Amino acid sequence: MSADKQEPFIRIRGLRKKFGKQEVLSGIDLDVFRGETLAIVGPSGEGKTVMVKHIIGLLRPDAGTVVVDGVEVNKLRERELAPVRKRVSMLFQGGALFDSLTVEENVAFPLIEAGVRDREEVNRRVHEALESVDLDEHKHKLPVNLSGGMRKRAGIARAIVGRTQCILYDEPNSGLDPIVADVIDQMILRMQKRLAVTSLVVTHDMKSVFKIADRVAFLKRGVIHFLGTKEELRASPDSEVQDFIEGRSGITS
Amino acid sequence: MIDAVNGFFAWPGRVFLEFLSYMGQLALLLRDLAVAFRSGVWRLKLVAHQIVAIGYGSQAVVIVTGAFTGAVFTFQTYAKFKDFGIESTVGAIVSIALCRELGPVLAGLMVGGRVGASMAADIGTMKVTEQVDALRVMGVHPVDFLVLPRFIAMMISMPLLVAESIAFGLLASYIVAVHGYGIPEAWFLAHMREHTNMQDVLIGMTKGFVFGIIITIVSCHQGLKAENGAVGVGIGTTRADDISSLTMLICNFFLSILLNYLSPLGTGM
Repeated sequence: MSADKQEPFIRIRGLRKKFGKQEVLSGIDLDVFRGETLAIVGPSGEGKTVMVKHIIGLLRPDAGTVVVDGVEVNKLRERELAPVRKRVSMLFQGGALFDSLTVEENVAFPLIEAGVRDREEVNRRVHEALESVDLDEHKHKLPVNLSGGMRKRAGIARAIVGRTQCILYDEPNSGLDPIVADVIDQMILRMQKRLAVTSLVVTHDMKSVFKIADRVAFLKRGVIHFLGTKEELRASPDSEVQDFIEGRSGITS
Repeated sequence: MIDAVNGFFAWPGRVFLEFLSYMGQLALLLRDLAVAFRSGVWRLKLVAHQIVAIGYGSQAVVIVTGAFTGAVFTFQTYAKFKDFGIESTVGAIVSIALCRELGPVLAGLMVGGRVGASMAADIGTMKVTEQVDALRVMGVHPVDFLVLPRFIAMMISMPLLVAESIAFGLLASYIVAVHGYGIPEAWFLAHMREHTNMQDVLIGMTKGFVFGIIITIVSCHQGLKAENGAVGVGIGTTRADDISSLTMLICNFFLSILLNYLSPLGTGM
């Protein structure tokens, strides 16, 4: 992929964020190119989700800029962000499905809110989205009656139903069995191959990273510690990167 | 020692700043609500759903509160008025008190406890489980979707609930006075009609309208700022009830002065 020759879909420069006295992001510089899948890895609590939330305007940076598809999102007010959010969707860690709506109504929600009034079209697109995550037969269930994996898949269906240009995945595989995790990996791959969707995947699952990512960013101490292809990641001489890939804590019994 | 003195004098300042910050947050919520209201996208299905939850769901609470307040007030007033031989005027006192003060205030407190807590808990749970963020990600402003339908439903429901509370209070008063104590029905009703009029009922409904706004704004604000999981939702729910109840009681005093100035007792507005 000749990523460096393209205009990035997401451009982050000098992103800083503090919560109280704790600086979580200490100057992030990152480009995400159209159609690529970039995995963000790193130890827990290092700000991966915080960074992703800045991209879609859920958090405001203390310093730095976040440009999405040519729009500087950090300068926009909440209501002005709506057009950007129509181009970017997000899968939340817990699915974030609306408790009071069925799976079908949850997936239809972004379409109805986007102004799609043709009931047949809504039904068709919801059916397609639910079928692609293998949840069509559970469409009448409430989120409370779904397993963790099913909730995540329903969240993915909701994220893809609007046919956005970019999807942000916050730990799509966490807490899932290996088979369901693979189903979700395959879905992310399919989205990229069929629709050339730009994907940003926050994950701890290195198996998944090597399966789906074009490039990998390793976030540590609030900065991008490593950025490169999967092959470059494997070959990295950096001991911190290698310890993370291999899951070595350094503690011996 | 110096630190202790500084701390002592810093405390009122800190409380005042927190109060200003809270009022600022409410003002921003009101501004967002005004923008949502002006947009014309009112989501009438959600409004209808909220009217059912608030209006229909509060029937038992409002009827029992109104009826037993009217009954006990009649009982207590009769005991004292009888000493002066003016027990037939009980209806007048009870109706004025119910229309202008007891009906709206007690209905407000009861609905605030039931509906306000539910609003804060519902929205707070959505906030801590990222459902509010999910709304934002889909380009839907949380105030448009969560606050505006509740606000419209409350503005419609609260005056009607207050009127209903007053009606059941008067009915209970009639039963206790006429059928319980044997006050002649004609006297009871004549005194009631002579000393109260439609303006008194409208004053009660106006107060109910204002209390509805207070309950919605305070409770939705507590829900939207909930954090730290279930504990945060619990704290927000408790605060919503505390703040809305106290605000209603304080506002009631000033509203009574204002409304009494506009429409003094026994006259038209």
